[in-house]
Amino acid sequence: MASAGKKVKFDNPVVQWINDRLPIYSILHDQYGNFPTPRNFNYFWSFGAIAMAMLGIMIVTGVFLAMSYTPHTTLAFESIEHMMRDVNYGWLMRYTHMNGASFFFIAVYIHISRGLFYGSYRQPRELVWIFGVVIMLLMMVTAFMGYTLPWSQMSGWGVTVITSLFSAVPLIGDGLVTWLWGGFAVDNPTLNRFYALHFLLPFVICAVVFVHVWALHVSGSNNPTGVEPKSEKDVIPFNPYYTTKDSFGTVVFMIIFMAVVFFAPLVLADPAHFRQFDPMQTPPHIVPEWYFLPFYAILRAFTIDLNIPFTHIILLPAKLQGVIAMFSSILLLLFLPWLDTSPVRSAVYRPVYKWCLLLLLLAVCALTYAGSKPPEGMPLWFGIVGTFYYFLHFLVIVPVLGKYEKTLTPPASISESVEAGHE
Amino acid sequence: MDSTRRAGGTRRDFLYLTAGAMGAVGVSSALWVLPNSMNPAADTLALASTEVDISKIQVGQAITAVWRGAPLFIRHRTPEEIAKERAVDWQSLRDPQKDEDSAVKAEWLIVKGVCTHLGCIPLGTKAGQPRGEYGGWICPCHGSQYDLSGRIRSGPAPKNLLVPPYTFVTDTLIRVG
Ligand code: HEM
Ligand code: FES
Repeated sequence: MASAGKKVKFDNPVVQWINDRLPIYSILHDQYGNFPTPRNFNYFWSFGAIAMAMLGIMIVTGVFLAMSYTPHTTLAFESIEHMMRDVNYGWLMRYTHMNGASFFFIAVYIHISRGLFYGSYRQPRELVWIFGVVIMLLMMVTAFMGYTLPWSQMSGWGVTVITSLFSAVPLIGDGLVTWLWGGFAVDNPTLNRFYALHFLLPFVICAVVFVHVWALHVSGSNNPTGVEPKSEKDVIPFNPYYTTKDSFGTVVFMIIFMAVVFFAPLVLADPAHFRQFDPMQTPPHIVPEWYFLPFYAILRAFTIDLNIPFTHIILLPAKLQGVIAMFSSILLLLFLPWLDTSPVRSAVYRPVYKWCLLLLLLAVCALTYAGSKPPEGMPLWFGIVGTFYYFLHFLVIVPVLGKYEKTLTPPASISESVEAGHE
Repeated sequence: MDSTRRAGGTRRDFLYLTAGAMGAVGVSSALWVLPNSMNPAADTLALASTEVDISKIQVGQAITAVWRGAPLFIRHRTPEEIAKERAVDWQSLRDPQKDEDSAVKAEWLIVKGVCTHLGCIPLGTKAGQPRGEYGGWICPCHGSQYDLSGRIRSGPAPKNLLVPPYTFVTDTLIRVG
């Protein structure tokens, strides 16, 4: 990230002394102080900073929770109850961490939607986007493993159902599940390894966030017009303009987050998460956390085995179809930069595509609803239709519409658009 | 450079190759050892067999025992139930299996109580629980239904309930695993 060229001089001699030996201040100055940034950001551009703040909060609260947590099947549930009742402010750290996961996903999902709408994934920001998808995957694994730690009914059965997905893999499936569990059922070895990984992965996420931002600072930020900055008139220095704007956005987000932590810490939680895991009894209805629901619905939208025609020989069992579809629904995002063929980057200037994105949002809402209900009747149909549109959108609409849509003409430059009174 | 050059390569090439080869051996052994350490440990494997006393299970009743940390269903089937299962056209089922093969002693059906879909515990063992259309078990998670031979009959599960390896030590004592 260091820029070789011209050296910044610092007034403070200590800063100067350090900087001569480790150019950390010049890097900060170049990357966050003076960094030229499009002048027309709206608040959707604050969600990267918000997500970073959430990552920090998760790590800090997590480390302190770890000081009172015991990763053993006989003690885990109790150690969390102890944390809630006896540890000083244990309840606050736990509720912050627990709801923090949800708010982290809220921030990241908004951040991703921003990228989708304004075409931020497109050339030259493909790698920024790809690292972003990697971060999302790592977050999902981390949150999934964290959720097992309280060793509740929902923890244990959630893990059972999700790890059992891998039994769908042909030939090696059962061995793979035994390997993941470290035994023949979800048990102490499973809890232990999940704890080790839950502790580790957030730091891996930090590393990927670093590369994500590094790549972003090579290409520079996108902006609502999707038009690259062309002159000095199009950009402003990151500091003070966006340090202020991002701080303000972050504070507002944190107020909402803390309001939930203090006044409604359990709105997003399931009652079965507060009973200890009983491996001999499945709760009547297993639901993942809300941020997994769309993917869970895709998993369950497939109910018909694919046979070799006119025989009973099953080519692709329904279960394997669901597993493949669920993983593809995320992995497909990696290819988005090459699927989008439109000459125009931002959906602001794509009158038809705008509506398709709205439909995508509706499809994801339908999937979220479907994922929260048993897969039968109406919810199953919501799941099937939602899954259909999700894949149709990315695999057909994005490449085909890009070629045929009659787009509006984007402004010649960012400053022209600002002066014309747009964002 | 020139002074060390020999036909077939230099000393430096030799050092690169040996170091590279050692590195490859080291990395590949780590790649074998580390993931393998996550497989079931010796004590977990040692728990792999259990003995169950079945003398108290009345005809028509079933119990849940524990085998390898998971439930094991043991059902004492009635003559009608046996007759019904043996009459099924098993070849047309999703996971074709003859009742004679899963229940060696016709009155005892012993299966692992874990749904082959995504691992939930099917209902139907305890008196009063729903048993589904086929009279065996129904899974609360996604509705897979099993018959009284443990065969998958409807719903998303791909396979029959697992019949574990077991032997009758005496007429009323079985060893599973
Ligand atoms: C990417 C960041 C992280 C995410 C998304 C995340 C997510 C979660 C979730 C969803 C839970 C379950 C909360 C509950 O139901 O009570 C949890 C629990 C836990 N996490 Fe994290 N976590 C993160 C980072 C960390 C870090 C860095 C540590 C430790 C260094 C940590 C330590 C713990 C501990 C000890 C628990 C069990 C206590 C509890 O359940 O409240 N977490 N985490
Ligand atoms: S786990 Fe039994 S039907 Fe899904």
